[in-house]
Amino acid sequence: MTTRRVRRRIPVLLLVPALLGLAVLVVPLAGLLVETPWTRLWPRLASAEVWPALRLSLWCATLATGICLVLGVPLAWLLARADVPGRSLLRALVTVPLVLPPVVGGVALLLVFGRRGLIGQYLDAWFGVSLPFTTAGVVVAEAFVAMPFLVVAVEGALRAADPRFEEAAETLGASGWYTFRRVTLPSVAPAVLAGTVLCWARALGEFGATITFAGNFPGETTTMPLAVYLALESDPEAAIVLSVVLLTVSVAVLAGMRDRWVRRAA
Amino acid sequence: MGEAGGVTLDADLRLDRPGGFRLDLRLRVAPGEVVTLLGPNGAGKSTTLRAIAGLAPLTGGRISMSSQDWDVPPRRFTPPRDRGVGVVFQEYRLFPHMSVRENVAFGLRARGVDRHAARRRADEWLDVVGLRDHSGHRPHRLSGGQAQRAALARALATTPEVLLLDEPLAALDVSTRARVRAELSRHLARFGGATLLVSHDPLDAMTLADRLVIVEDGREVQSGTPVEVATRPRTDYVARLVGLNLLGGNATGDSVDLAGGGRLVPADPVRGPVWLAFPPSAVVLHATEPHGSARNHWPVTVTGIEQHGNTVRLHLEGRPTVLADVTPAAVAELRLAPGTALWAAVKATEIRAYPAEPGEGGMAGGAG
Repeated sequence: MTTRRVRRRIPVLLLVPALLGLAVLVVPLAGLLVETPWTRLWPRLASAEVWPALRLSLWCATLATGICLVLGVPLAWLLARADVPGRSLLRALVTVPLVLPPVVGGVALLLVFGRRGLIGQYLDAWFGVSLPFTTAGVVVAEAFVAMPFLVVAVEGALRAADPRFEEAAETLGASGWYTFRRVTLPSVAPAVLAGTVLCWARALGEFGATITFAGNFPGETTTMPLAVYLALESDPEAAIVLSVVLLTVSVAVLAGMRDRWVRRAA
Repeated sequence: MGEAGGVTLDADLRLDRPGGFRLDLRLRVAPGEVVTLLGPNGAGKSTTLRAIAGLAPLTGGRISMSSQDWDVPPRRFTPPRDRGVGVVFQEYRLFPHMSVRENVAFGLRARGVDRHAARRRADEWLDVVGLRDHSGHRPHRLSGGQAQRAALARALATTPEVLLLDEPLAALDVSTRARVRAELSRHLARFGGATLLVSHDPLDAMTLADRLVIVEDGREVQSGTPVEVATRPRTDYVARLVGLNLLGGNATGDSVDLAGGGRLVPADPVRGPVWLAFPPSAVVLHATEPHGSARNHWPVTVTGIEQHGNTVRLHLEGRPTVLADVTPAAVAELRLAPGTALWAAVKATEIRAYPAEPGEGGMAGGAG
């Protein structure tokens, strides 16, 4: 006797909304690809206005990710392991920028780092440093928005990591820092990598906080998303080309991460 | 290698844990001595090791190494990294992302030894434990016995004053266990510091220890050399471990009135509260009341029958209740089944009698 595979009928009430949902996610991207002037893509890409924005975007996103790594991994460790009072409150605070509209983040940054801001006035008075409407401001805005992605990913991994190895390291004479560097961090390396990629992708796509806090000065603060927005009014075709570039980068990031996951599973 | 001076571990461990568990144990381990804590699961053996390693702070008492205090609550606590301890954990806890050599070198690197010197020392230790060929491998490629030796090398590479081993053989399968046990015994003999080992397996404990400390419910119930403990058990737990019937009683004249009822006559003259111990194989069974030389005989009822290798172990209820080992032929001959009524007999010369210590409650004991 052979077993028969009987296809179960999918309820219509589930199937229809499911397909509509799929369409909502896929159709806009397909539309973008359909509307892309493929024959003129290379000449447009080679034109002067794309490269400064792309270069600035890559630089700022990478710098912001670097800041997030240096500050975010220790913060994740603090939230996951250290015996600090009010830890659940801290954890909640860290995740606020995840759900906060980026524009609000930009306004908040202006209030703090603006020339009359809480911290900005001293930065200006003591060091002559002003962050708003500068490339440094772009980096700060991107770090503000993207860091929670890294912290949340790394903190989850640290909480799941086996503390028994850290005990073993301690009995072998390792200091807290040495244990973290040689035992804890390597054990959460996959999560740090995944968090870094997510963080970088989020920083690359940042728009709201950037335009609010850093403004829109070509060559200085006009990143790719801002350039897309600008171009949409003056030169829609350029906007499409820039969008395709961003889409390509995003898909490449996603593919890279999938690769990583597959390798981990193997 | 591994000579670590003559420092004695002196510990008066008191540790209360939420949930009502209480550890209250005094331990002294001299340099070169191997002390094994033996006890059932949950007796507090691992907690003892963790307290000495500094992974579980005491709530009372004191841990000192000669004149140096490691833990004297509430005023002094030396963190694990500043104690001269080497720990071999039950699951070994080799760092999975490092090679075997890096694992063994870890303690030296952590203490500031430079990379080359640390690697050289690690290789020397890997030679000692016979793992040089595996130095470049990740721990997951090692067998259980190899992983244990790597963990031992890692613990010894920092030349600790105290070596702590938590169930070092428990993770091994039966086929490799005897060989690894013999190797471990050899390495422990060469180690010059104090060694404290934890086990719930009597064979491991007996073969690896200079001195046994039996722990039950967080307290010491008996200690002594393996031979002393094996021949003169003082609790039902130890008696079961070493396979003896243990009966408590009070000696009057030449006979002993047993705590659980009944009376036995040992060959040795004794007086006062005593323990009586004899192997289950010394119990002889008769279908009817025996007549002759055996003065110790009493009626029993079979309550349990289990196969143990080539012999059959019988649970015999009576005054006293005892275990008996008989051959399968005897089971057939006497038509033994639960409920069968028999006569049990033990020769006086088979019974070992020794005084119970004050407060030990020899009168309270019963059969295992």
